[in-house]
Amino acid sequence: MRPIIELQGISKKYQLGRIGSTSIRDSVERSWNRLRGKNGNHRVCRSDFWALRDLSFTIQRGEIVGIIGQNGAGKSTLLKILSRITEPTKGEATLRGRAASLLEVGTGFHPDLSGRENIFLNGAILGMRTKEIRAKFDEIVAFSEVEDFIDTPVKRYSSGMYVRLAFAVAAHLEPDILLVDEVLAVGDAAFQKKCLGKMGDVARQGRTVLFVSHNMASILALCERVILLNAGTMLDNGPTQEVVREYLKSTISQEIVALDQRADRSGDGSARMISCKIESTESGHLVSSTSRMKFSIAYKGDRPLKHTRFLVTIYDYTNTGIYLFDSDAVGGIPEVLPAEGVVTCTTDPINLTPGRCYINLALFRGTALADHIEQAASFDVEADEFYSTGRVPPREWVLCLLRHKWSFAENAR
Amino acid sequence: MTIPKESDFEIRIRPNQSWLRIDLRAIWEFRDLLVLLVRRDFVARYQQTALGPAWAIVQPLVMTIVFTLVFGKFAGISTDGLPPILFYLCSLLTWNYHAQTLQLTAGTFTTNAELFGKVYFPRLVVPLSIALSNLIGFLIQAAMLALFWCYYKFFTSAGASFGTDARALLFPLLLLHVAAVSVGSGLLIASCTAKYRDLQHVLPLVVQVWLYLTPVIYPLSKVPARWQWAVALNPLAPLLEMTRYLLLGRGEIHPGQYIYSVCISAFLLVAGVMIFQRTERTFIDTV
Repeated sequence: MRPIIELQGISKKYQLGRIGSTSIRDSVERSWNRLRGKNGNHRVCRSDFWALRDLSFTIQRGEIVGIIGQNGAGKSTLLKILSRITEPTKGEATLRGRAASLLEVGTGFHPDLSGRENIFLNGAILGMRTKEIRAKFDEIVAFSEVEDFIDTPVKRYSSGMYVRLAFAVAAHLEPDILLVDEVLAVGDAAFQKKCLGKMGDVARQGRTVLFVSHNMASILALCERVILLNAGTMLDNGPTQEVVREYLKSTISQEIVALDQRADRSGDGSARMISCKIESTESGHLVSSTSRMKFSIAYKGDRPLKHTRFLVTIYDYTNTGIYLFDSDAVGGIPEVLPAEGVVTCTTDPINLTPGRCYINLALFRGTALADHIEQAASFDVEADEFYSTGRVPPREWVLCLLRHKWSFAENAR
Repeated sequence: MTIPKESDFEIRIRPNQSWLRIDLRAIWEFRDLLVLLVRRDFVARYQQTALGPAWAIVQPLVMTIVFTLVFGKFAGISTDGLPPILFYLCSLLTWNYHAQTLQLTAGTFTTNAELFGKVYFPRLVVPLSIALSNLIGFLIQAAMLALFWCYYKFFTSAGASFGTDARALLFPLLLLHVAAVSVGSGLLIASCTAKYRDLQHVLPLVVQVWLYLTPVIYPLSKVPARWQWAVALNPLAPLLEMTRYLLLGRGEIHPGQYIYSVCISAFLLVAGVMIFQRTERTFIDTV
């Protein structure tokens, strides 16, 4: 059987500096300069950026394939080309079956229309026939859990209801090929789990799924095979576990969050935290369950600071505190700090389940609160092989992981 | 586990697909979307307005009154011997359909950028749905015209000055012709605005100038002979005359002008569709 998706040398070029709407003046200016053989204005169309470079792979019928890679690796561009939203610059792709793309849920929802009308409209936009939607209507409504509001305009829905309804429509698509872009990162945890389950069902029905995600936990849970993209080319293509491990090792992840513009802070302002960098101490790795972490906080005061105390608190999305790192409790910060500098806090392995964490930062001078920023930054803990089986419980169940042993004592009785 | 069996169905994605090939099969597959978009436009336009679809009547009625006062009474522009109200209502029936379709079609890319960036469906469905959903307003307006027509015909002395017969049945053909001009020019403008956002500001001007260059508020017969050629360049001019000819029995029809208009309209439509399809392929890269 021929592969259901076949890519041959797909490349996509964007012209930097021309992204964003051009004006007639720009165009005229550019052609004028070209006419005069002058290169002065090449600033405008100077740099070509290849989002995808000569990408070739095949996917067989019934496979669920994950596409991973850092921001800018070309994942979304690839999905856009396969969804026919934009065309490639070079190369050719063949889809041997009907494709539906879910780059977003609720595409084309109209706020003035009722839930019922939007189900039909959204379904039709995604390529379903009215007959098909009518047949599945009750199922869609039941899945969305918004039965009571189905005749209410969706603009009166809560955002949770909106997303649930939107996903319910999408989940009942039955194309041969489903192209999905991180739509699972919506709704509450319970609903996310339901969606993941539904995706698994889709695959068991023998449909082909191409799934782009940053979320290693759902990639590990869903996909048999993963394609790793980097700077528009394919870095790796193979069994999920192996490629994900490769990715976590190869990816440099450190994020500097600027804090100086934040207005939602409290404290007397005599010293301020101006940025925070969150990284894994294994240089260049993504933060995963076994990572040791390093927080670097840049601060600035009007004069040298005495008796400073830094606090970093880690929370989960329900605002449950997980860890508190207190410089007073541990020590390590000199009596007097220069007016400007960076303090660093490093930890032992964090032992957290995969998912997003938030941090609060506080800076005291003596007993006076100088600066306090809630939800100063966030970071994602990726799944890794915390236990050698590669299986870790999801965030919805527990927050922390602890290595442990099981045994069976034969003669205990 | 059931694996869907391999079909011959195949989608090929490659650069520089033909400009002219209109994928009619794909549009046909999305016919349900077409219907739902028409419905959405209608509901969205009139929901939560106190008068609802009656707004479709208010605008032409107010315009007719203004035209009657300003151009009829103050400026004394002739209406070819027809009751001014009937003359203007009749002209506005065709003109409003054209102006609305043109304006909405011209916004196809800018108003749907979000949608086009997230999901694929044959983009021509959108202008088609616009042309169709404007028919609703058109029909409401036509019903109003029919009322006025009956009143003037049977209850006033002007009743003898106009009339129609079986030729009114040709009106749908005329409307198709108007739609070709509106959609064709709308698609051209849509493609240009996708590239040059500046043109958004030019659109209202285009519509307004076009209104004055078309015999909407004056009959073609009142255009001085040495300017006739200029009016005749406008493919819409004979269509307005034809509107009044078909519905009121008055109008100057020059077969030459009419044939010219058919050619220009066909050209506009074909060029519009071609350029639209060219733009559609990579439009989203420049949003």
